[in-house]
Amino acid sequence: MSIDSMFVHKMWDDHELSKMVEGGVPFPMLSDAGGRVGKVYGVYDEDAGVETRGRFIIDPDGIVQGFEVLTPPVGRSVNETLRQVQAFQLVRASKGTEATPSGWKPGKKTLKPGPGLVGNVWKEWKTEMAFD
Amino acid sequence: MAEEVKAGCARPTGGPVGDPAPETTENIQTEKKEVKSMIQVGKKAPDFSAPGYQKGGFINLKLSDYLGKWVLLCFYPGDFTFV
Repeated sequence: MSIDSMFVHKMWDDHELSKMVEGGVPFPMLSDAGGRVGKVYGVYDEDAGVETRGRFIIDPDGIVQGFEVLTPPVGRSVNETLRQVQAFQLVRASKGTEATPSGWKPGKKTLKPGPGLVGNVWKEWKTEMAFD
Repeated sequence: MAEEVKAGCARPTGGPVGDPAPETTENIQTEKKEVKSMIQVGKKAPDFSAPGYQKGGFINLKLSDYLGKWVLLCFYPGDFTFV
């Protein structure tokens, strides 16, 4: 979503994005004239008249699980976003019985919070696991 | 999901759905603060409708149409920007 009209979105997709992604962008490219939606989400920069790089993960119940907002010159990490979505999906599927510690990626160990884990995380999780 | 719209000369717009947005511009500072506090993790994502473009067609969609699915909502400064 940006402040550009849907007509400009079409031109961008036709003339540039479709050269990067075969068949063009598959998902909806939304138009937010005047930043009306961006204002509600706290990402509209009034001075510049554009949206900043806000990214919101919204779950199937319409609940915001996470967000990240960057200033324009720095791009996002798609892999980190996907990792977060996978983590939120795992937690949701476990109905909150599992949690993903720092550095978690799919396939890595989760934690099962409970009285037995209090004070014992050091046995289950090592600092190196945050970095690998 | 998203309804198709015809391309006319008018430039369609969308906006927040549901609770009316505060219209007062008397004190922009306060308004900004109020607006920012609306997004919190663990809380409902504000609903909105917006026109857009998808795979050759012009559409209009509502965030709430996507209940039951995971949604990634991304804002960016503008088409043809570089990053």
